[in-house]
Amino acid sequence: MKKLLLLVLFALVTLVTYAGGYRVSVQGQRAMAMGHTGVAVVNSAELVFFNPAGLVYLENKLNISAGVSGIFTDVIYQNSDLGISSETDNSVGTPLNLYGSYKVNDWLAIGLGVYTPYGSEVTWPTDWAGSHLVNNIDLAAIYIQPVVSVKLSDHFSIGGGPIFVTGSVNFNRNANRTTTDIDGNRSNITVDDSGVNNWGWSVSAMFNPTENFRLGFNYRSEIILEAEGGEATFSNFPVTTAPNAPQNGTTTFSAELPLPAELSIGLSYQFHKKWLFAFDYNRQFWDVYESLDLQFGNGATSINPRNYKNSSAYRFGLQYDATSKISLRAGYYIDESPVQPGFFAPETPRNDSQGFTGGLSFAITPKLAIDASFFYLRFEEIDESYDSYQENGQDVPFGGTYKSSAFAPGLGLTYKL
Amino acid sequence: MKNNIKYLAILAIGLVACEPEFDNPVDEAGVYTSGEADFSNFVAVGNSLTAGFADGALYITGQENSYPNILSQQFALVGGGEFTQPLMSDNTGGLLIPGADALSNRLVLVFDENGVPVGPVEYTGAQPTTDAANNINTGDSFNNMGVPGARVYHLGFEGYGALNPYFGRFASSASATIIGDAIAQDPTFFSLWIGNNDILGYATSGGVGADHNETGNIDPSTYSVQGLDITNNNVFAGAYSQLIAGLTSNGAKGVVLNLPDVTSLPFFTTVPNNALVLDAATAGSLTGFFQAVTGIVTAQLAGAGVPIADAQQIASQYLIEFNEGPNLFLLKTEVTATNPLGFRQMTADELLLLTINSGALAQGYGSVVLTPEVLQVLGLLQAGGTPTPEQGLTVINAISAIEDGDVLDSAELAAVSTARSSYNSTIKALATANGLAFYDVARDLVQAANGGIPFDGGVITSTFASGGGFSLDGVHPTPRAHALVTNGILDAVKTTYGVILPSVNPGEYGTVTVSNEVN
Repeated sequence: MKKLLLLVLFALVTLVTYAGGYRVSVQGQRAMAMGHTGVAVVNSAELVFFNPAGLVYLENKLNISAGVSGIFTDVIYQNSDLGISSETDNSVGTPLNLYGSYKVNDWLAIGLGVYTPYGSEVTWPTDWAGSHLVNNIDLAAIYIQPVVSVKLSDHFSIGGGPIFVTGSVNFNRNANRTTTDIDGNRSNITVDDSGVNNWGWSVSAMFNPTENFRLGFNYRSEIILEAEGGEATFSNFPVTTAPNAPQNGTTTFSAELPLPAELSIGLSYQFHKKWLFAFDYNRQFWDVYESLDLQFGNGATSINPRNYKNSSAYRFGLQYDATSKISLRAGYYIDESPVQPGFFAPETPRNDSQGFTGGLSFAITPKLAIDASFFYLRFEEIDESYDSYQENGQDVPFGGTYKSSAFAPGLGLTYKL
Repeated sequence: MKNNIKYLAILAIGLVACEPEFDNPVDEAGVYTSGEADFSNFVAVGNSLTAGFADGALYITGQENSYPNILSQQFALVGGGEFTQPLMSDNTGGLLIPGADALSNRLVLVFDENGVPVGPVEYTGAQPTTDAANNINTGDSFNNMGVPGARVYHLGFEGYGALNPYFGRFASSASATIIGDAIAQDPTFFSLWIGNNDILGYATSGGVGADHNETGNIDPSTYSVQGLDITNNNVFAGAYSQLIAGLTSNGAKGVVLNLPDVTSLPFFTTVPNNALVLDAATAGSLTGFFQAVTGIVTAQLAGAGVPIADAQQIASQYLIEFNEGPNLFLLKTEVTATNPLGFRQMTADELLLLTINSGALAQGYGSVVLTPEVLQVLGLLQAGGTPTPEQGLTVINAISAIEDGDVLDSAELAAVSTARSSYNSTIKALATANGLAFYDVARDLVQAANGGIPFDGGVITSTFASGGGFSLDGVHPTPRAHALVTNGILDAVKTTYGVILPSVNPGEYGTVTVSNEVN
C-alpha cells in the first residue's frame, strides 16, 4: 500500500499539468488533503459543497466541518529581450469554509454551507512593466448555500439548494504605458465595489451500487456578478481638455464578472477496510468569460477580451485509516487552465498546473477531530502573452515568461453528534 | 505507517522550499555580458541632449528619461555602477538666476475646450524652484555631465560655470571645466555627444550669427556670446580631439555620437514655406499688385537716371506671379543696387522656423498687407492713372517680406551642412582612431524624418507634437526618442566591444506632456 501511495504522489509528476482562472479549489480540509476529491466521498459535512445528495448517508445526526487555509502564492515574470523581471508580492489568502448538516429523519437531511470558491489576489510591483494591464487585483466571492438531501433508496439520493453570492473586487491598473501627470506619476484607475450579490443553485445525486462503491454527480450553476454603481477612482491624470483624457476624481463603474458553472462527477471505492480511493472529474464552464468590460460614469470604457475556454480538472485521492484516531490522506490533481494562448493577462496568470496534496485527521474525542491539509500547485514556466491590449487602435502585446506557485496549509475541525 | 508519515513530512518541507524560479533568470550573472567594456563608472559628457533637456527646459522627469540614465539602467545588468545626475528641484523647469530673468518653464501641450490642440505653452501650474546660485556639487561630480547650451569648445573652458548656470549649479569649483570634472571621476566608460550647438544656435536663430568657416575666425573666445555663430571646422576638430584624448587618458572605453541634420528637426519643418494659400481672386490681385510694384520701381529707377532697359530688367524680378493654392512666402534680403527693394520669393528648400509669428503670417507677413490705402492706389493703377511718389511708396511699404531671423535660407543651409559634414568626419575619424564605439544617430534621425521608426505601438516620426520623437520645443527628443538613442548606443557597443545587453522598449517611454495649467 505504501507503494501505491508513493506511486500516486510521485509517478505522476511527469504528467502534463493544469489550473484554472480565479477558481480556488480549497473547499474542505478533508477533501483538500485528497486532491480536492469529494463528489462521491461520504465523510463529513463538506458534502454540502461537494455533493449535498450524500449528506443523508452520513451516520451522525449533526455534522459540522469548519476550516481555513492560508494560501501563499507567488508569480514571477521576466522578458529576456528587455532584460526585465518582476515578482508578485501577494498577501496570504485565507479562504474559509463552514459546513453543517442535520439529519431530520432517515430519508431527509438539511445543511448549510459558507464557502469561497472564487477569488484572486495578485499584487505586482506598482508601475511594473505590465502595469497597463494590472497593478493589483483582489477579488472575492462568498457563497452561502442551504441544501436539502433526500434519500430515495439505500442506493440513490438527490440533493441541492439555492446559492446566495456576495462578491467584492478591488482592481488597480495604469491608464496605459506612458501617460503621467506633470510630475511623472503614472495615470491610473482603481475600481472598488463590494456587496455585489446574486443567486445561483446546485443539484446533485449519489448512487451507491455496492456498500463500498459510490458514484457522485454535482452541478453548480453559473452566477454573474453584476457590479453597478461601484466606485472608480481616476488618479494622476494630466489636467487637460484633450480628447479621451478623463478627469481625476471619483466616478462610478459597471462591470460583469462571471463565476462559471461547474460540473463534477466522480467515484469512491473502499477497496480495503482501511483504504479509500476517490476520483473526481470537474468541468468548469469558463467560456462564459469572454471579456471584462468596464463602463465608467465619466464616459470612459475599458474593453478587455478574455476569451476563456472550458477547462477540466482530474483529481485523485487516497485515505488510509491508520488507527482509530488517525486518518491519513494524499492526493494529486491535474488542473487545466481556461486561459488561451494570447490571452494570458497577468491579473490571473494561470497556466496548467498539477496539485499535490496531503493531510490527516486526528480524533481528539469520538466527536471532535482536527483536520489538517496542505496542497502545492506546481506550474511549468510558460512563454505567454496578452495580445488584446491596444494603443491608438494597434495591438500591443505584453508577454514574457511566467512561472507561478501556490502552497496552502490548512486546518479545520470536524464535529459530529 | 510511520514511514508514510515521514514521506509526507519530507514532501511537505520540500514543497514549501519550492519558490518559483526560472530556468534562465535574466537577473542572474551570465545572461548578459559587458564584453570588453567596464561599465562600473560610466560618465556621460555632452550638451542638452545628454542632460535630458526637453520642452524648452530642464526638469526632473526629463533628466530621468535622458539616454545616459536609461543606458545606465541597462549597464547595471552587467556591473554598471550608480549613475548620478544633477537633478533639478522640480518638474516645472525654469531656473532662477540671481540678478537676472529666470529661464523659461517647460512647455506643455494645451487643448481648447473642444479638445483641439492649441499648441505648446509655458507651464505655469507651479513656480520654478531650482536656484542657479545653489551649487549642488558636494564633493562628488555627477555621472551625467550634460550641460544644456554647451558647445564643443565650452567643455574645456575654465570658469564656464559663470557663463552657463546649468553648469554653474554643479561645477566642482568656480574655475572648473566640464571635461575636467568628467575626467576627475576616472570613468571606466564614457559617452560623448557634443557639437550640436556649434551649428544649432546659428540655425535656430535663422542664421543671423556668423559662419566662422566663412570668416575664418578660429578664436572661439570672440564668438557670439548668445551662441549664434557656426564654430570653425578646425576649431571643432581641435577641441573634439582634446576631449577624446582627455576621456581616454586613463584607458577608458567609450561611445561617441555624430550630429544629426538639424534642418530635419520639427523646429524647421513644421511651418511650411508655402503656407501662403490663396483663392483665385486673391492670387490675381496679388499678381496685379506686383505688376504695379514692377511698374513703380521701373518708374522710380528711370526717374533716378537708370537707363530704361536696365530699369525694366531690375524691376522685372518683382514680377511675381501668384497662383490659386499654396504659394511660397517672400523673404527679406539685403538692399542692393540689383535688388533695390531687398526681397525675393523663397525657394522650395528654404525653411521657416517654428518660432515665426504664425498669426502675423495670416495677416500678410510674408506677402503683402493690403490696407484700404494700398487698394486705393491699386485701383488708380488699374484705371490707367499714374500714382504720386507718395502713393508708390505706400504700395512698396505694403510688402511685408519675412525677416532673416525667421528663415534658414539657402546660403545658411549650405553653411550648416558644410559645418556638420566636417564635424561628423572629425567625430567618425577620431572614433576609429581611438577604437571607440560609434553611433550614427544622424542616420536614425533621417529615418524618423522620412517615414519614421516603427515600435510596438506605432511609428516614431519627426512630426511636431504628434510624431512622438520630439518634445514641444521642436529640437529636443522625447523620452521615447531617448529610448531609441539608448538602443542605438547598445548596438554600437555590441559591435565594438561585444557588449550583449537587452534593448529597451520605446513604447514604454512617453512623448509630450499635455496640460492646461497655463496662464
